[in-house]
Amino acid sequence: MPDVIFRDGSIRQNQWNVISRPESGEALDIPAQRRVLIPADLWVANRDQYAGNEDVGVWLDSHDEPEILAEYVNDLSMIAVNFPKFSDGRGYSTARLLRERFGYKNELRAIGDVLLDQLQFMKRCGFDTYELRPDKDIRKAARCLNFFSQGYQAATDTDLPLFRRRAS
Amino acid sequence: MYVYDEHDRQMAAERVAQFRDQTARALAGELAEDEFLPLRLQNGLYVQRLAPMLRICVPYGMLRSAQLRRLARITRDYDKGYAHFTTRQNIQLNWPNLEDVPDILAELAEVEMHSNQTSGNCIRNTTTDQFSGVQSDELTDPRPYCEIIRQWSTFHPEFAYLPRKFKVAVNASEKTDRAAIQVHDIGLQIVRNDAGELGFRVHVGGGLGRTPMVAPVIREFLPELDLLTYLESVLRVYNRYGRRDNKFKARIKILVKALTPEGFAEKVEAEWAHTKDSPSRLTPEAIDRIKTYFTEPAYVSLDNATELLAQQRFENRGFDQWLKYNVDVHKKPGYAIVSLTMKETGTPPGDVTDRQLEQIADLADEYSFGEVRVTHEQNVVLADVRQDQLLELWEQLGPMGFATANLNMLTDIICCPGGDFCALANAKSIPVAEAIQRRFDNLDFLYDLGEIDLNISGCMNACGHHHVGNIGVLGVDKKGQEFYQVSLGGTSQHDATIGKILGPSFAQDDMPDVIAKIIDVYVNKRTEEESFLDTYRRVGIDAFKERVYA
Repeated sequence: MPDVIFRDGSIRQNQWNVISRPESGEALDIPAQRRVLIPADLWVANRDQYAGNEDVGVWLDSHDEPEILAEYVNDLSMIAVNFPKFSDGRGYSTARLLRERFGYKNELRAIGDVLLDQLQFMKRCGFDTYELRPDKDIRKAARCLNFFSQGYQAATDTDLPLFRRRAS
Repeated sequence: MYVYDEHDRQMAAERVAQFRDQTARALAGELAEDEFLPLRLQNGLYVQRLAPMLRICVPYGMLRSAQLRRLARITRDYDKGYAHFTTRQNIQLNWPNLEDVPDILAELAEVEMHSNQTSGNCIRNTTTDQFSGVQSDELTDPRPYCEIIRQWSTFHPEFAYLPRKFKVAVNASEKTDRAAIQVHDIGLQIVRNDAGELGFRVHVGGGLGRTPMVAPVIREFLPELDLLTYLESVLRVYNRYGRRDNKFKARIKILVKALTPEGFAEKVEAEWAHTKDSPSRLTPEAIDRIKTYFTEPAYVSLDNATELLAQQRFENRGFDQWLKYNVDVHKKPGYAIVSLTMKETGTPPGDVTDRQLEQIADLADEYSFGEVRVTHEQNVVLADVRQDQLLELWEQLGPMGFATANLNMLTDIICCPGGDFCALANAKSIPVAEAIQRRFDNLDFLYDLGEIDLNISGCMNACGHHHVGNIGVLGVDKKGQEFYQVSLGGTSQHDATIGKILGPSFAQDDMPDVIAKIIDVYVNKRTEEESFLDTYRRVGIDAFKERVYA
């Protein structure tokens, strides 16, 4: 499995397997003794079965509404958000809602078409790990996470927009 | 005008370094074309028909003389010695080399300029009335709010990959709307409520392009401190629910229409309820801080130079005409607002040479506190000229080609670069503008016609705002041939209306005749006080159809 990038730029081994959505009528195929991410709605539908199991996390697709997890976010040790195409920006709003509205505290990961030049936006929106597309040079991630030393707006990383920081 | 502090300077420098790095990776083959595309677009760089095109941001149209001189130098050093004023108050270079762009951006950053978000599916340059701060009928100067929006929207981490481009415009005048706010994704009209508090009437979902729409009001009164949290809510609803499956249905206007304005407003209000009291809510101090950059220049206490001007007008008919058409009333006695027209026949509308940019800079320094404004009609405004210096200024403008006294007349044409330059265009637009300007070269006749907006776009992306021209011309492609469709009755003023299509399209050579016939109908049917638009609204489109297709 490819490594993942952490928000501080460090590179670590990936422990999580993304389980794709089963064909309708089929059951989820969860490999034993692995940490897995399953489609979020399936986790919600079978919450009694998965709750408390730290080896089962969820992933949301770009069109999925994070509201389905609102009441349970901190029952999960991992939520991933899929970017089917890097130019699909819905995942940024999803991430901010999970963090800022629903108060999710644990790991939030960007998966899918994750490239270098979007990493800093992802970081600002609350993602803390990034599964870079394998053809991209992971050694350049640390630089791309830090092109900017600050931003004008509040986001997940700071609730103080620049106009409030200037005032102090 | 706004001046960068250390934060702005730092982020501008970091942006240049970032784009240098991205360009190097693109040239090294580490970024696929479709991966580099949004990165270069968000730095204003298009790859066009003949060469790359760089769109430089002029925030809400304001420029200092030093910036004009730097632009002139850049056009000489990196381009072919001219630039183009766009219909969104920006400036374009038509011939830069891709690998030079990071250097150009570095040169721009030195004079507090950039090309951030001048293209791409993000929040674009916020625009406003070019007479902001100097006209007497505005509730307050809209520019501080534009600057506040500029800062909020710059590098916004959540909204860099929207379904489609997103444009915001602000207007503060009760009588006029030079910013055309109702054909923007968000149009903000500055208003006071019954309690006398300042705020915004919020229009969402206007636009031109292939589905032209006038923006409905989704909130009658938004208190000024709530500006950013509310904008953020609108953008979040759009980012989450705007269509991404079809580029032609991806603008916010389609979402507003699908949900209905009421349904859309409900979603925004529900979202906003969570964020309205967050630290992103503006503070009076934050607004006051930005307002200190837009205080009045050091006006001299003067009386209106009424007698002097009357004498000068009497002696010089050309000056009289120019004064009547290209000079507007200023809020300060003894001052005037002067529009330099960049519409000399034979020059593509909005094009200026490096030398002309420097001349404008010199004029700004000498007559208008070193500042100019770029208008969406592709002209340039000197906003603070002493009335007793108008004659002297006018005498200089003539030889420079900026004194054509046709402001807002039929030949003051808004025109996109069209098929001569733009890869998207279906048809050329500049030669059509020129042919019409040549046909109507009699200023007295133009003055008799009064104000008529003629807008030309080379394709349905509508950069020439043809839908809101009193007369609109749209280039279309019919089996590989360039044709032109005409619409009538459009306006982007407070009574914003999308023009109605007259009928089948015309060949390029026929266009001057077609316009002449339309003008004929107006001249024959008008009553004494009627503008073109008034007559059109009274008599309807059929009278024009009958004459044009007879």
